[in-house]
Amino acid sequence: MNAPQPTTATMTQQRPAPANGDFTTALKDAGLATLVTFGLSIPILSFRTDQSQANELYLRPRWGLVLVACALVFALRFVLRLYGVRWAAARQVARSRKEAIRTTTEKPRGLAHRLLALAVPVFLGVALAFPLLSYFAAGGLTESRYWVDLGILILTYVMLGWGLNIVVGLAGLLDLGYVAFYAVGAYSYALLSTTFGLSFWICLPVAGILAAFWGILLGFPVLRLRGDYLAIVTLAFGEIIRLVLINWVELTNGGAGITSIPRVSFFGVPFTNEEGGFASLFGLEFSPMHRVIFLYYLILGLALLTNFVTLRLRRLPVGRAWEALREDEIACRSLGINTRNTKLTAFALGAMFGGIAGSFFAVRQGFVSPESFNFLESATILAIVVLGGMGSQVGVAVAAVLMVGGPEMLRNLGFLKAVFGEGFDPNEYRLLLFGLAMVAMMVWRPRGLISHREPSVALGVRKAISGALVKEGHG
Amino acid sequence: MRWLDDPILDMQHLTMRFGGLVAVNDLSFKAARGDITALIGPNGAGKTTVFNCITGFYKPTEGMLSLRHVDGASFLLERLPGHSIAWKAKVARTFQNIRLFSGMTVLENLLVAQHNPLMIASGFTFLGVLGLPSYTKAERAAMDKAKYWLDKTGLLARADDPAGDLPYGAQRRLEIARAMCTEPVLLCLDEPAAGLNPRESHELNELLLSVRKDHATSILLIEHDMSVVMEISDHVVVLDYGTKIADGTPAEVKHDQKVIAAYLGVDDRDVEKVEAEVGV
Ligand SMILES: Nc1ncnc2c1ncn2[C@@H]1O[C@H](COP(=O)(O)OP(=O)(O)OP(=O)(O)O)[C@@H](O)[C@H]1O
Ligand SMILES: [Mg+2]
Repeated sequence: MNAPQPTTATMTQQRPAPANGDFTTALKDAGLATLVTFGLSIPILSFRTDQSQANELYLRPRWGLVLVACALVFALRFVLRLYGVRWAAARQVARSRKEAIRTTTEKPRGLAHRLLALAVPVFLGVALAFPLLSYFAAGGLTESRYWVDLGILILTYVMLGWGLNIVVGLAGLLDLGYVAFYAVGAYSYALLSTTFGLSFWICLPVAGILAAFWGILLGFPVLRLRGDYLAIVTLAFGEIIRLVLINWVELTNGGAGITSIPRVSFFGVPFTNEEGGFASLFGLEFSPMHRVIFLYYLILGLALLTNFVTLRLRRLPVGRAWEALREDEIACRSLGINTRNTKLTAFALGAMFGGIAGSFFAVRQGFVSPESFNFLESATILAIVVLGGMGSQVGVAVAAVLMVGGPEMLRNLGFLKAVFGEGFDPNEYRLLLFGLAMVAMMVWRPRGLISHREPSVALGVRKAISGALVKEGHG
Repeated sequence: MRWLDDPILDMQHLTMRFGGLVAVNDLSFKAARGDITALIGPNGAGKTTVFNCITGFYKPTEGMLSLRHVDGASFLLERLPGHSIAWKAKVARTFQNIRLFSGMTVLENLLVAQHNPLMIASGFTFLGVLGLPSYTKAERAAMDKAKYWLDKTGLLARADDPAGDLPYGAQRRLEIARAMCTEPVLLCLDEPAAGLNPRESHELNELLLSVRKDHATSILLIEHDMSVVMEISDHVVVLDYGTKIADGTPAEVKHDQKVIAAYLGVDDRDVEKVEAEVGV
């Protein structure tokens, strides 16, 4: 093979040459993998604890299962080693050829791009019509409750993702404690409404401002740290807030949480089955679903507000400074940008949207407790941002749908029972599937679903910037 | 000497130590307003460290750096916070290893450089969110300035391309354009000709000369390429191991025994012998 490109030439050289050697190395490799599998299966697979008739626990050996697992791993690994390597090399060659062609021709706007242009109106349309769609799909107002609730949950995460996207995606500050601001917002509403009787519509902005205030308070000492150090300190901050909520019993009622938080009203009109309630005012038959649907549109509006503000700020000097900060902090300083203040604005703004989402959470649940604000929550929101492609609004929305809606869909895979037997519960495998999906993402789309960046301004046509050039920030 | 009369930058007894290492040792010199002052010296002489002190990335161990504007305003650079040096004292710089915002377009790079005036025009974002005409006008002016510099550096055709996609020489020019968008009175260039081919290097000379002529910007230049240094600079300061060993016009410095010795890496006394050997 005398390939013209240097890349292909090196590729062919790297390939293990003699087929005979291939065979033995594959055999060795497969043997090693089998050994590892065997080692792992001793604590995991080989025994199962069962209960006997007399309610006693006993160990049931399952060596057959171990054997099957080992044989499977051996066969798979062997085949993969023998053919997989060749296949991967061939693919690599094909890809480098394709890339060489692509750089010579003017970068075409790919299918993905055109899909993306379509995605926004489709998403918006579906989001707006969602309660109606689920009404028809479920065949009734009360029956559609599950779907609308799911929609609300997804939209909450979309909003949180968009809020965190300002901090992580635009400014490049890795914040592992975002849930702290969510908690501040939720408790702000819970406390203000239960102690002072303030209405939700007053508390909503107040919660946002309080969260932003906490963001600045945290940001001042913390933002001189960079990268991993920043991540660790924000992580700790998230935990501190949660621990304060648990332990400051006089204020927060500790782990028991705050109950009977006032419900949302239709701009002052309560959703009750009485004279002067929402239903009677509009001449409708009373249904608790009115409130749920209102909550749906409320969170949709709040999420879109977050999106609007973010998109708007990206085109203003402050947004450009955030992105510049993510690209190169030292260069920013040399251009006279006050990096500390710029980071603080990003942090505070992200916190504000987190706080607003938090007070929405409180009004929807009618109950808040520290349990809802654990690290897993922060991790989920961060995963949404990273999965979506840092900085991409559409990507974050898609990722939120996948991350929140996806596991929920597992509940509905009843037909799998027919395949795997009655005892099979797909829900038990959600973390496994989740892990698999994450690994797959890292392999195929390490920069997230939508990795390219849209420039904020252009003289001629706006050209998307490849994700390979965009930095992820390190502080 | 001209640079003693109306210096834009007056550096006195600058010393910078890193632990036991003295990177800059009691360096004093003046750079005249409107001059191109070159700072040269062998590798590791401490040139970049001097720049880092001027632009606030390092706090000098000792010494004073005073900068005076035409209107008489004067600044003690070692006391200003980093970002004020660019914004208030109007000192801009480029970096030895290029630092562009590579994931942003060329145009965006130049708009980021005009952050502070745009920030004020946008009412610290609050008015900008509303899209008031005063901000739109300021943004248009910023775009015009960006276009002017793109035109001057020959990058106008690539305005919408990501900065990271530009070839090396163009990235160097873009970094200068970006620094110029901050309207500096003093522009510090750290090896702007490194890695340029002779034609690009010639274009760079033209660009720097026009910057000085048309924009009332004085230039402080670190450069290893002697063709650039000798051709365009008015005043040369030579550093070796952090100490100033010569200070004068290019012609004077060129024939200075100490400078030749430092560049050839030999003792003062052996210069003639070595020169004869290498045939200078
Ligand atoms: N932050 C730092 N910490 C410790 N030592 C440093 C630091 N910065 C510079 N130095 C040391 O100071 C000395 C001068 O370095 P400097 O980068 O200023 O040299 P230079 O003249 O710019 O060299 P070159 O021509 O190679 O760019 C070197 O010995 C370098 O190792
Ligand atoms: Mg240097």
